[in-house]
Amino acid sequence: MKIGVLALQGAVREHIHLLNQAGAEATAVKRAEQLQDLDGLIIPGGESTAIAKLMNQYQLKEPILNMHQQGKPIFGTCAGLILVANQVEGLTEPHLNLIDIAVKRNAFGRQKESFEADLSIEGVGDNFTAVFIRAPYIERVGPEVHILAKMDGKIVAARQGTVMGAAFHPELTDDLRVHQYFVNMVKDSLVANSLK
Amino acid sequence: MMSEIRQVGTERVKRGMAEMQKGGVIMDVVNAEQAKIAEQAGAVAVMALERVPSDIRAAGGVARMADPTIVEEVMKAVTIPVMAKARIGHIVEARILEAMGVDYIDESEVLTPADEVFHLEKSQFTVPFVCGARNLGEALRRIGEGASMIRTKGEPGTGNIVEAVRHMRMMQGQIRKVVNMSRDELMTEAKELGAPYEWLLHIHETGKLPVVNFAAGGVATPADAALMMHLGSDGVFVGSGIFKSEKPEKFAKAIVEATTHYEDFALLAELSKDIGTPMTGLEISKIKAEDRMQERGW
Repeated sequence: MKIGVLALQGAVREHIHLLNQAGAEATAVKRAEQLQDLDGLIIPGGESTAIAKLMNQYQLKEPILNMHQQGKPIFGTCAGLILVANQVEGLTEPHLNLIDIAVKRNAFGRQKESFEADLSIEGVGDNFTAVFIRAPYIERVGPEVHILAKMDGKIVAARQGTVMGAAFHPELTDDLRVHQYFVNMVKDSLVANSLK
Repeated sequence: MMSEIRQVGTERVKRGMAEMQKGGVIMDVVNAEQAKIAEQAGAVAVMALERVPSDIRAAGGVARMADPTIVEEVMKAVTIPVMAKARIGHIVEARILEAMGVDYIDESEVLTPADEVFHLEKSQFTVPFVCGARNLGEALRRIGEGASMIRTKGEPGTGNIVEAVRHMRMMQGQIRKVVNMSRDELMTEAKELGAPYEWLLHIHETGKLPVVNFAAGGVATPADAALMMHLGSDGVFVGSGIFKSEKPEKFAKAIVEATTHYEDFALLAELSKDIGTPMTGLEISKIKAEDRMQERGW
């Protein structure tokens, strides 16, 4: 099972490290052709404006949308959450438009308000140390979207079918559980796609 | 409903912020207009300044923290993180910038030091700090004080990459040496380097610095940025290079793309075409010893 981490900018090696530990073969992806033989994709934390510009510049949008249409799971963390959302506050157009959520950027404030807190995540478990860095949150979810976690009443993780998003950075801790959850999503999709 | 407990300013939150900047370019700007150009070009953060290093060098005199009006103007203009510089050891400038909500503070040798003996005790702050270093000992002293990010010092405002290369090679070479040493040699190495023993032991065991390490000081072209990535930088600061070049928009975009795709040489050739004349460079040996910014800091 091969999972890519979009490596245009941001916390790439942390995701690769945790994916490998969770039993996947992880690889950094910068170019469209590298997306072809993947079974799943993580869009990491970083700066969403920078990642989005590079994604457009190097024609990565279409191949990522194709992956999604083929039923391959995609997981966005922090900046990645902003990229997969279908609505972003302050922007007229969404980036990838893969999940029916509205996201507010830097919603928890600037860096000095950045924090870590223990979170309960459905399907993952309790006491997950979640690191929020100039983090977004989800303001609205569509009827098909399943809420996975909330922080002080704000939605911070959600899933719709094969697409998952988190406002925090599971890659900044040694806790494998969120990555294990995503690896399991990819395993399930491989089974489901082989039955098609 | 029970409210989750939020811990702000932890080591993980401060270092994590720098982790999110990896593979990116941080650009010096002096006003809202430049900040927007930087953001449009794909910068991961901007450094709000009153003057870029080459102008500081030209103006002489005492260089201080920027006027808060400029920093605020930049913070309002962009959604990417905003950094600002405080003088080495200037506790109050740093606290002022923290109170304003700046996302990262550079305790910087580009400004005139306020203290010629002591750096800031950075672990006391909620806001994270980046500091310059020329070698592993200096980097580990800053990390010991609480710096969450390291950058090479280079020689700022020269458009000459030679010093940044020297500092990055020095640090990488020293890290390799420490990793390969036997454990009973580490204390003497700590003494030689002037580095805290605990952090040297950390490097011996993990093989890397505990924080992100960017290149800074003299990056003037897309090829310079790519070179620093080849030498193991986690990302790049570009100071005077962008807005002292002929075509800042194009130049900024080319440096961002060169930093991401630093191993694609055909692409780097394309990115280096028709971007106008870069800033005029300075030969390091022509700068008097007392005017070299990298000598500041202890």
